[in-house]
Amino acid sequence: MGEKILMKGNEALAEAAIRAGCRHFFGYPITPQSELAAYMAKYLPKAGGVYLQAESEVAAINMVYGASAAGVRVMTSSSSPGISLKGEGISYMIGADLPGLIVNINRGGPGLGSIQPSQADYWMATRATGHGDGQIIVLAPSTVQEMADYARLAFELGDRYRMPAMILADGLLGQMMEPVELPEPIDPKSLPAKDWAVTGTQGKRKNNKVNSLRLAAQDLEDAVLERYARYQTIKETEQLAQLELVDDAEVVVVAYGAASRIVRSAIMLAREEGIKVGMIRPITLWPFPTQAIQAACKTAKAFLTVELNTGQMVDDVRLAVTQGLPVSFFGHSGGVVPTPTEVLVAIKKALAGELFHILPFRSKLEAGD
Amino acid sequence: MTEQLTQASQAQNLHVLLAGFGGQGILFAGKLVAYAGLLDGRQVSWMPSYGPEMRGGTANCSVCLSSDLIGSPIVTEPDVLVALNKPSYDNFVGKVKPGGLVLVDKTMIDACTLRNDIRFESIEATRLAEENELQGLANVVIVGKLLQATGFSTIPQLEIAIEKSVSEKQLWLVDHNKRALALGFEHVSGDDCKQES
Repeated sequence: MGEKILMKGNEALAEAAIRAGCRHFFGYPITPQSELAAYMAKYLPKAGGVYLQAESEVAAINMVYGASAAGVRVMTSSSSPGISLKGEGISYMIGADLPGLIVNINRGGPGLGSIQPSQADYWMATRATGHGDGQIIVLAPSTVQEMADYARLAFELGDRYRMPAMILADGLLGQMMEPVELPEPIDPKSLPAKDWAVTGTQGKRKNNKVNSLRLAAQDLEDAVLERYARYQTIKETEQLAQLELVDDAEVVVVAYGAASRIVRSAIMLAREEGIKVGMIRPITLWPFPTQAIQAACKTAKAFLTVELNTGQMVDDVRLAVTQGLPVSFFGHSGGVVPTPTEVLVAIKKALAGELFHILPFRSKLEAGD
Repeated sequence: MTEQLTQASQAQNLHVLLAGFGGQGILFAGKLVAYAGLLDGRQVSWMPSYGPEMRGGTANCSVCLSSDLIGSPIVTEPDVLVALNKPSYDNFVGKVKPGGLVLVDKTMIDACTLRNDIRFESIEATRLAEENELQGLANVVIVGKLLQATGFSTIPQLEIAIEKSVSEKQLWLVDHNKRALALGFEHVSGDDCKQES
């Protein structure tokens, strides 16, 4: 056991990435992820690595593409508008079957939006980080310790399945400090060799090619279907969720990241009043933890999704829920963080059998779906 | 009221909101409180305000010490408010939980609370710091006073917290910080406000 130290989420993630064998970082500044890039600028060169502030987000993600093609663990980090700009490059990485860690410290949107905590990028992360028929792995930490732990997990999953992996966090998790026990460092040289990487043949083997262009329709379909088979394996084997007090819960709240912390406080308040409520906290947003939701359908009477947006993950909860159980929603957007007391009110409504989609400005006009 | 607060400290659940101007060392003071909690084996969180509200004159920092997992790290109803300027005091005094504590730097804030359901403590932290050649350490003086008023940790733990929190380039400041801590801890409360409360 290492010593627990106090660190900001952004810094813990950066240090954990270095300890996971990442020696290449390419990025462009944006709030609220700045401490992550600043940490890398300071410590990556000391670890024998390369920190490079590119001329734009587009350039940075293409540098990630290049380094990944050469077989090294590589990452970039940004916040919402910056991730939009990286979308093209991420799609190319998917198309070229390249791993790489992309960190999105989600801020309020659309547009330049705000810099406050938000989960408005759920759809972008899980549906279409870039164009095309593809997916990325998406992990959602809810503590500073998880910011560190999931950095390593993201590299491992990305390498195993040859695809980009994203950590989707927000300003709250990036800016806050909590105790963290950092993982033991890995020597990058000890990582398994990537036999597909373009490292120079030295005349000893056939060329490797890293490319996303497949002009013949059948070639492209073959590649997409091979990837699709991999996605099915991931959906079956890599779903992760944390269950809290779900066993006897009449209302199951589904929330991830920062929202799950507010929900945890609300659940503590509710349990003090004898209300049977629990939480499923998706850790993998893609693959979405459908299995955990379906298991909870055997005992729950109603679901409530809480997000820092107007209702995005709630789609996936509805797709997963069986037996026609009601799925309600409560959220704030724009960077406004809900209070535990507000969530408690929503829990009580769900417990009373109401079906609702509450946004603050129309809280009196709760419209069912 | 004091009894309630002591019980809260004993239950190891303490939600502290520290607020003042940017530059007064609010975030550092919060870090000391959080580090002391970590050394005591508690769950802790430290959450700074960032973004637009920082540009309006007040910077604040939420610190939670708990025996259980911490949910929201944003303190909206503090057990303890530490205020280092008037705008922060005005902003947050109404949000302190009944039975809670307000601790102010009296050099900066000429105010007494009109609430009779909370405890009020004050210390001329800025003046004391300056008189003792500890300019800029009113934030640590007031952490010492917070320790005296709540018993949330101990001097030895906070001294370790100081050693862990002062940056490597400023290690010569460690002793100054420890002196500032002692100054606040040994301060004798006046009763200048108690009649009103």
